[in-house]
Amino acid sequence: MRAISEKWSLRGFYPLERVSDYLGGLGLLSYGVARCLRKRWEGGLILEQMERIGVRSLSIVLLTALFTGMVLALQMGNYLTRFGAKPYAGRILALSMLREMGPVLTALMIGGRVGAGITAEIGSMKVTEQIDAMRSLGINPIQKLVLPRLLALLIMLPLLTVLADLVGILGGLVITTFELDIPADFYLNSIIQFIRFQDLFSGLGKTFFFAFFIAIIACYNGLEVSGGADGVGRATTQTVVTTSITILVSDFFLTKLFLQL
Amino acid sequence: MSGNGFIECRNLRKSFGAKAVLQGVNLTVQRGETMVILGGSGSGKTVLLKHMNGLVGPESGEVFLDGLEISRMEEDALTEVRKKVAMVFQGCALFDSMTIGENIAYPLDEHTLLSPEVIRDRVREALALVGLEGCADLYPAEMSGGMKKRAALARALVLRPEALLYDEPTTGLDPLMTHRINRLIRDLQKKLTVTSVVVTHDLQSAFVIADRVAFLQKGQIRFVGTREEFQTSKDLAVHEFISDA
Repeated sequence: MRAISEKWSLRGFYPLERVSDYLGGLGLLSYGVARCLRKRWEGGLILEQMERIGVRSLSIVLLTALFTGMVLALQMGNYLTRFGAKPYAGRILALSMLREMGPVLTALMIGGRVGAGITAEIGSMKVTEQIDAMRSLGINPIQKLVLPRLLALLIMLPLLTVLADLVGILGGLVITTFELDIPADFYLNSIIQFIRFQDLFSGLGKTFFFAFFIAIIACYNGLEVSGGADGVGRATTQTVVTTSITILVSDFFLTKLFLQL
Repeated sequence: MSGNGFIECRNLRKSFGAKAVLQGVNLTVQRGETMVILGGSGSGKTVLLKHMNGLVGPESGEVFLDGLEISRMEEDALTEVRKKVAMVFQGCALFDSMTIGENIAYPLDEHTLLSPEVIRDRVREALALVGLEGCADLYPAEMSGGMKKRAALARALVLRPEALLYDEPTTGLDPLMTHRINRLIRDLQKKLTVTSVVVTHDLQSAFVIADRVAFLQKGQIRFVGTREEFQTSKDLAVHEFISDA
């Protein structure tokens, strides 16, 4: 990547040089992971990561979804009543949860909680030379550390999103029933009749991209740590910031893409 | 083509950013000998050592291991090389989520099809070699610095390598433990006849374990010879290093 930045005369313009190096590093790591896909998959390591990434994140993801659904219902109830459109609250809420709020908020939560954890763990291994020790024992750290985390995220993020969607809609149900006096069966029937498979597919489709971004960014930042505990702290912060921005920016382009499908 | 050495570095150059760490290093380590690389902090000793098992690649120059050029090898191809050349890291680099037994068994699990019983025996054997019998179930956090060094050595030995690379094996240890580790390196070299390369700035340790000494200064080898030749060298930099130590 250094060569590319030199070719395009980025040398000397420090921010662009750093961005090009960073993107190049992410690309090389992705290529390394793709090469490892052909090798033996470590089922035990993947399951362990699924438990750490998925099961242990359940409470934070569901709590976020529940209150998001409840807040959306409150806001919609307030504004839709003014236009006499209160009965549409359920449909709009479900659409918001399935297409946007569910996938994006779940990804942001996982990016913060899991992404930071991955960077801190791999970064600590890097500064204590455990990554070099793995390599010196002829063990590929990408295969042992990066691939299981990536695969676990690719499996668990969509599953967590489905649960978050459901809990968000249930949170909306509680508020529309008790605050807006919309009957529960009407709320649920209106959602079932209105929502199409594409709405669910559009939201879930994004989660695979988000999972990939979180895993690659978190692992790369961990593997690139230098400078001891201070470096681990900086890399962890960088992971939270970078994954959040990447999720939000890519969400725009993915939304455009999925709307055209 | 390589010459006669087991490990050969030829005109190695390596920089990190603007800092040139190795500036044309030439060094040959013969099979079965213990070569100690001496030098002050920041002289490039560890970087040179990490070239010998491909952990770091040179900008230019070559590294030959047993006649095979390893400096341009892909990471996958280096796996076989690294089974032959084990390394003991300065900070031990034991996997802290595993017990000592699991740490030592890890390379065997990865690279062999040995049964769990045989692996257990090999772990016990490796621990016995470094005087850590009965410590297999301890975690690294439960061990002293000296015990960790020995456990790291046991992990390096378990694949029965042909060469051992030691990065500052006695740094941070008290004089008694330093003496024990030096004796252990010497004994293992005699018992297993492995080729050893030891990076250190500890002159006393160097004189105990070295067959030959190389002196690295500002990224260049200033001296290579026996310990006696090193002690009587007329080279100003060597003389200064010995006087300061």
